[in-house]
Amino acid sequence: MRVKLRNPDRELELAGRREVRDVLLELGIDPDTVLVIRDRELLTRDERVGNEDRIEIRPVISGGSGP
Amino acid sequence: MKCRRCRAPAVVEIRRHNAPFCTDCFVEHVREQVKRAIAAHDMFGPEDRVLVAVSGGKDSLALWDLLLGLGYRASGLHLGLGIGGYSSRSSTLVRAFAGEREVDLIEVDLAGEYGFDIPIAGRRSSRSACSVCGLSKRYVFNRVALERGFDVVATGHNLDDEAATLLGNTLRWRTEYIARQFPVLAAEEGLVKKVKPLFRLSELETAAFAFLRGIGYIVEECPLVAGNTQLRYKEAMNRLEANSPGTKAHFFLGYLERGAPLFEAQDRAQLSPCERCAQPTTGRFCAFCRARAQIMGQASPVEVRPAEVREAVSP
Repeated sequence: MRVKLRNPDRELELAGRREVRDVLLELGIDPDTVLVIRDRELLTRDERVGNEDRIEIRPVISGGSGP
Repeated sequence: MKCRRCRAPAVVEIRRHNAPFCTDCFVEHVREQVKRAIAAHDMFGPEDRVLVAVSGGKDSLALWDLLLGLGYRASGLHLGLGIGGYSSRSSTLVRAFAGEREVDLIEVDLAGEYGFDIPIAGRRSSRSACSVCGLSKRYVFNRVALERGFDVVATGHNLDDEAATLLGNTLRWRTEYIARQFPVLAAEEGLVKKVKPLFRLSELETAAFAFLRGIGYIVEECPLVAGNTQLRYKEAMNRLEANSPGTKAHFFLGYLERGAPLFEAQDRAQLSPCERCAQPTTGRFCAFCRARAQIMGQASPVEVRPAEVREAVSP
């Protein structure tokens, strides 16, 4: 599958079908700090993604001086 | 995973509530949390004019969307910070939001109005860029709200923001800041009322809400923010939260319930008008005018005649 990461923007390729939670674990990402998006839909941790999928892992943390 | 409320397929899971939600039930959950925050802290009513400080990020645009959806009289205020493409892309998103909904947006350009932008401030001020940015926002939000007759300024600070700020203030025992860290700051002479209706919602919740509502927001991080202390405190809180969901909520909401009353006596600053701009301050000149003077290379804020001060603050 093609995985898009943000801040900074980059892409990587992962092989094999697995749950979103395992993708995040493999990448060392805390599930509570990101949205996982496929085809304009949010995925929960138990959704399965495979080779044909393109997903975006979008961080939700923002810093700085506040809104 | 099924929605806790209706058993439809879930799209988001909030671990501290042990609750998966479908889109409709999640949007309703967020609205309930905001309604509860507004009511519990008497933030504003349907007749009040609310000025929403909008950066182009997920929190402030989600807040504006929520308040409009709940029927409040909410206008937007966007401050142009001059941080290159990041600021111009943020401004474009704010304008698109306002244009699509045909709602009132006030824009202030920091460089055009006050002679400096945030990158210049970061180079010339003894404060950090983030510190001048926060100071400038607080100053401009208050000033515009007073000048244009708004009843209250609403900001998109979420639970993660508040928990991280409380952690930072507690680690340094900044008791005067802790005493003022409340979802509502009442109006005082020269200070408009300020509220934070998203304080019960995590960043995950505000981001998911913005996404599910189709709100275009700026995903990229401010280029000046890398490594700042607020981010480090958030990362520390997230590590605690990962092992023990609910820690952030217990920390901040517990402070409001049981900690805040212990700090009230600390909040006793006497305010008088800044001799430069007439905004309230504890000294001769307000922090914004002092910072601006330093950035502009002036020895001290230039004093102005009382008539000019009155003109500066009149509607």
